[in-house]
Amino acid sequence: MDGEVFTRIFTDYTLRTVALGTAALGFVSGALGSFAVLRKQALLGDATSHAALPGIAVAFLLTGSKAPLVLVLGAALAGWLGTLAIMTIVGLSRVKYDTALGMILSVFFGVGLVLLTFIQRRPDATQAGLDTYLFGQAATLLDRDVKTIAGLGAIALLAMALLWKELKLLSFDPDFGATLGFPMRGLDIILTSLIVIAIVIGLQAVGVVLMSAMVVAPAAAARQWTDKLGIMVPLAGVFGALSGVTGAVISSSATRMPTGPVIVLCVSAVAVASLLLAPNRGLFPQWLRSRRQRHAVRKEAVLSDLRALEEQHAGEAPGHSAAVLRMMAPNPAGVSPRLQELSDRGWVAKTGSDEWTITEEGLRALEAQLGSGGDER
Amino acid sequence: MSPATEIQILAAVVAVACALPGVFLILRRMALMSDAISHAILFGIVIGFLVVKDLASPVILIAAAATGVLTVTLTELLRRTGRVAEDTSIGLVFPVLFSIGVILISQKAGDVHLDTDAVLLGEIAFAPLDRLEWAGRDLGPRSLWVVGIIGVINLIFILLFYKELKLTSFDPALAASLGFSPIVMHYALMSLTSITAVGAFDAVGSILVVALMVAPPATAYLLTDRLSVMIWLSCAIAIVGAVAGYWLARWLDASVAGCMATMAGALFGLGFLCAPRRGLLALAARRAKQKTSFAVTALTIHLSQHEGTEREVVECRRDHLGEHLGWDKPFADRVLQTAIRTGAVELDNGLMQLTDRGRALARTAFAR
Repeated sequence: MDGEVFTRIFTDYTLRTVALGTAALGFVSGALGSFAVLRKQALLGDATSHAALPGIAVAFLLTGSKAPLVLVLGAALAGWLGTLAIMTIVGLSRVKYDTALGMILSVFFGVGLVLLTFIQRRPDATQAGLDTYLFGQAATLLDRDVKTIAGLGAIALLAMALLWKELKLLSFDPDFGATLGFPMRGLDIILTSLIVIAIVIGLQAVGVVLMSAMVVAPAAAARQWTDKLGIMVPLAGVFGALSGVTGAVISSSATRMPTGPVIVLCVSAVAVASLLLAPNRGLFPQWLRSRRQRHAVRKEAVLSDLRALEEQHAGEAPGHSAAVLRMMAPNPAGVSPRLQELSDRGWVAKTGSDEWTITEEGLRALEAQLGSGGDER
Repeated sequence: MSPATEIQILAAVVAVACALPGVFLILRRMALMSDAISHAILFGIVIGFLVVKDLASPVILIAAAATGVLTVTLTELLRRTGRVAEDTSIGLVFPVLFSIGVILISQKAGDVHLDTDAVLLGEIAFAPLDRLEWAGRDLGPRSLWVVGIIGVINLIFILLFYKELKLTSFDPALAASLGFSPIVMHYALMSLTSITAVGAFDAVGSILVVALMVAPPATAYLLTDRLSVMIWLSCAIAIVGAVAGYWLARWLDASVAGCMATMAGALFGLGFLCAPRRGLLALAARRAKQKTSFAVTALTIHLSQHEGTEREVVECRRDHLGEHLGWDKPFADRVLQTAIRTGAVELDNGLMQLTDRGRALARTAFAR
């Protein structure tokens, strides 16, 4: 992508609308998705978004209107019903959570597809546009859509802010919350409803099939950077918003690029980068840390081996072959580089071609590292 | 055969082929892997198609099945890093593969004979048009053969490894200690699920595969406690749902695949309400029965306390029950009727008298 497209955000009215809309939905779904991910309900969003499809179709069938608010309300109602159905099935039968989730997701979606094909075959085929809800089409976002997204999103975020403490309790220790007298079941329903709102406002741009990724990926990414909920939630929001805008802009400036998948790839890239690079939990920094630690331990081991040799051969000429040290080490290949590092520090000294001796400084350093009583020999 | 018959047979065969691995998926609490796999195989299908340019080629089947296994492996790797929970790792992996698939399809829309509608809905209605011919003879729809063979493979696998599957599904620790590797079974099952999802993809699209894999076994799970019965029941329910779905689609003039999923869900709803022992109605009836039977016992205890005492005339009048035991009139009447019917109590001039049986009931209730 060339940078020109991104500067066009500020000049091109349509593009600006699209960017605003996707930023808003990305922020809301990222922020609220944090709670879903922390509560290990990441895939509930998948079920909710698929389950919303029949709601969109029914809302259109009943009202004949494609006004965003009407369709979003239909979607929210169906998504909420789907979530409720999952909870009912799990609560009242022995069917497990994952089974109930998979079934509601696919059956509701099936019903939605039936209704969509049914609408398509009606003689007054005014339905054009409903199938953008499958994979999303950010380019179809209009001013009124953005207002709906921003309005509903703001309500959801405001509710989240007002109930912050309670939702935090619900996410980390619901039992403790219950003993404090908080209505945990009610809070559960409220949080689920907020997540439903976050999902349905994104359906037009991202689509029912892939909206779940907007709930999971930004939160999973943000989780890697922090251990604090107060940072994770806004960070996930920012990740979601950035991916939303980037994806929408790429998709609207290329031909035949469905928006949902592009946004999903952007947000997944953020998640992968976070998993790999985040300072504390990231896999790469962790690998570096453990490598550094391994080297420190090995260095100490070489030093201590060298001291043992000196003690055993007290009175003889100083200097011991690296070959002997290699035989003593669990990882022979690591001995020479470690010796080099030690000699750079002045802890060992070279006496022959590949013969080494420990220095006074090295002895002191070893004592200090092992501690006063830490001499194992 | 008429196309209508062929579509129904195909629908039934697809449903059975999906239900077979589905039984083990739900027993192992891996129903959501079917969701992940069925989405992710799109990637393999598109890549395979771009390479061989022929949707009927077995290469596509293999590429897609490999993608399914890749999904499982990636999910597992991601989970093992310990950085994300299991469901998050599922939720991260499959959208990526699915997205790449959808983008490729949209980009190559001109030369890929696939469109996003086919991905979501399948093309079961057109299946009879693509026929398999051999030595000049018409052998029926090609997809029927493909799905049929996959179904037979599933069946053979389950019959051959029934014991291993059962053990690893219900008690993986014991299975491991006995030397059956749960991991080998896990990957075998995941491969079967992938192949099945690919086979069914043509017919019903990627998301509705999940309905066919999960809903019939879940319904059967409500009806039986035996694994072997559950397998056969799942197949039967799958067939009923598929054929009913076909006729619903005819009636509504809507997508066959969507209607099959709808009927699969409706059958589960029916089972959820009406299953003989676990259905909501059965549960409610059992609770009501327990309530009445408890009340009858309470009544016999009440009567035995006052039997032969001076206050018997007051305490044992039937209209006294409301006052003493706090029962409303209809409930008291129902309890009394049950008590008389079961021979615990007799009515004598409006006075309730215990029978021997009633006395025994009160005594045993006390003794407990």
